[in-house]
Amino acid sequence: MHIAKDLVAASATPLVLGILAEEESYGYAILKAIAERSGGRLEWTEGLLYPLLHRLERLGYVESTWRTPDGGRRRKYYAITPDGLRELAEQRKQWDAVTEALQDIWKATRSIAPLAPPALEA
Amino acid sequence: MTGNDTELEAQIAEWRAYMLRRRAVSGADVDELEDHLRERVADLTETGLRPDEAFLIAVKRMGRMDELSREFAREHSDRLWKQLVLTDEDASAAAERRRGLLVMVACAALAVLAVKLPALFGLGLDDDPAFYVRNLGLLVLAPLAVYFAVRRKVHRGTVIALVGLFALGAVATNAYPLDEDSQSIVLTSIHLPLALWLVVGIAYAAGEWRSGQKRMDFIRFSGEWFIYFVLICMGGGVLAAITVGTFNAIGIDAEVFISEWLVPCGGAAAVVVAAWLVEAKQSVVENMAPVLTRVFTPLFAVTLVAVLVAIAVTTNAIDVERDMLILFDLLLVVVLALVLYSISARDPGAPAGFFDWMQLALVVSALLIDVLVLVAITGRITEFGFTPNKSAALGENLVLFANLAWTAWLYWSLVKGRKKFARLERWQTDYVPVYAAWAWVVVLVFPPLFAFA
Repeated sequence: MHIAKDLVAASATPLVLGILAEEESYGYAILKAIAERSGGRLEWTEGLLYPLLHRLERLGYVESTWRTPDGGRRRKYYAITPDGLRELAEQRKQWDAVTEALQDIWKATRSIAPLAPPALEA
Repeated sequence: MTGNDTELEAQIAEWRAYMLRRRAVSGADVDELEDHLRERVADLTETGLRPDEAFLIAVKRMGRMDELSREFAREHSDRLWKQLVLTDEDASAAAERRRGLLVMVACAALAVLAVKLPALFGLGLDDDPAFYVRNLGLLVLAPLAVYFAVRRKVHRGTVIALVGLFALGAVATNAYPLDEDSQSIVLTSIHLPLALWLVVGIAYAAGEWRSGQKRMDFIRFSGEWFIYFVLICMGGGVLAAITVGTFNAIGIDAEVFISEWLVPCGGAAAVVVAAWLVEAKQSVVENMAPVLTRVFTPLFAVTLVAVLVAIAVTTNAIDVERDMLILFDLLLVVVLALVLYSISARDPGAPAGFFDWMQLALVVSALLIDVLVLVAITGRITEFGFTPNKSAALGENLVLFANLAWTAWLYWSLVKGRKKFARLERWQTDYVPVYAAWAWVVVLVFPPLFAFA
């Protein structure tokens, strides 16, 4: 399934903040987490993720630290800040409103929908 | 496995260099992306791919994303998407550009001040030309060193070294009792700027002058700086001519203004401005310089071969007057510059091609001519003894000859496919201190050695 660019872009911030709210992480792991959570339907590019992470950092929603794990390479970890948590809560409210409205509409359309399937079966 | 690993490391290093050239991506961002790339390569190799295959796929994915993000930014000008892709990078890049511009303007002003300030103390251009002959390099290159020291945020130790070397140059050129018409003063005025230019290189490399990579960067910078400087000077010449002409037409003599203000101040400022342009407008000169090299390498090669043929046919010996010596030194410098420039702009991994043969022909014919010159100089020196000029010319000839001879040998191995191109690059970067050492010897040791003749 292909998800429209605008939808990908709009959902990017809450997805990243949500993943970071669970625990701090780094770029590649965030990308993998998003692919897993969406069952592979949301495939992000690095060109979307890193500028977004840097932008969130500039806005103060996340903070980054360079750390070198034992026997590993230097890596940049991102962690959510209290501001980021507030923003996440705010975005969640907005998304809830949108999804609630959509659910409502889906229900309404489903009540009209039954007309369509028989036509397809035939 | 180790073979694969070193290959992978080499590929990643090349990829890094490529990424670093983009202005929007900072060094730290490249580190982050490299970590990402390595993770993906590791994941792909776990699924059974060979490292080089994994690298290809990982890079392909990143490359595609790069295109995509630009595409999105251009076509989907929805605010949301642009913010995601552009805002952050561009805001910091713009701030950085502004800062660079500010430092440039300040340092250019400093250069103008350095050139005009001595006039206040009775050392004007007309009153004491010897002062300018001795100190011009010092006065215009010190602001350039300051520019790089500020831009690169060099450490304290480097600052001390820079100040020390410039002070050494200032003392050497002013403390020796050199006559206005002595050979030594001319030699100093040529060699001190050379020595100081390499000191500027230390500031350019932010103190990491031991790194071969940084030296190559500085060599590339020098070539590009030269192109910009020449362009600015040509524009300045047109400006001066038009100014004189138009003011003449209304009966005002503008020549004093031109010769006392426009030329010295403009020239001094151009030194810094050209340096700034090289970095600010990198992509412009990056396209221009290799083209110039490609155009002039065959032309010089053909000319030199023609000279050799003419000497062989007519059996005329080379006339080694003083001007001739300088001419042949200059010839070697130009050949070396062409070689250096094509080396610095060449992809080290590319196999040897037609152009490398052309370079080899250029170097070999320059060497043959130089052998004839060396024979002639030695003849004159054994006949008339050493003078500062002849010794300096001979020394330079030997320094350049040694470099070009070994370069020719490396080129030969390269086109035969026996050696890697990197060897040639390393030879050139390793050789840079020899120029510095020779220039300082001429400035510091020659005057007392020849009794300030």
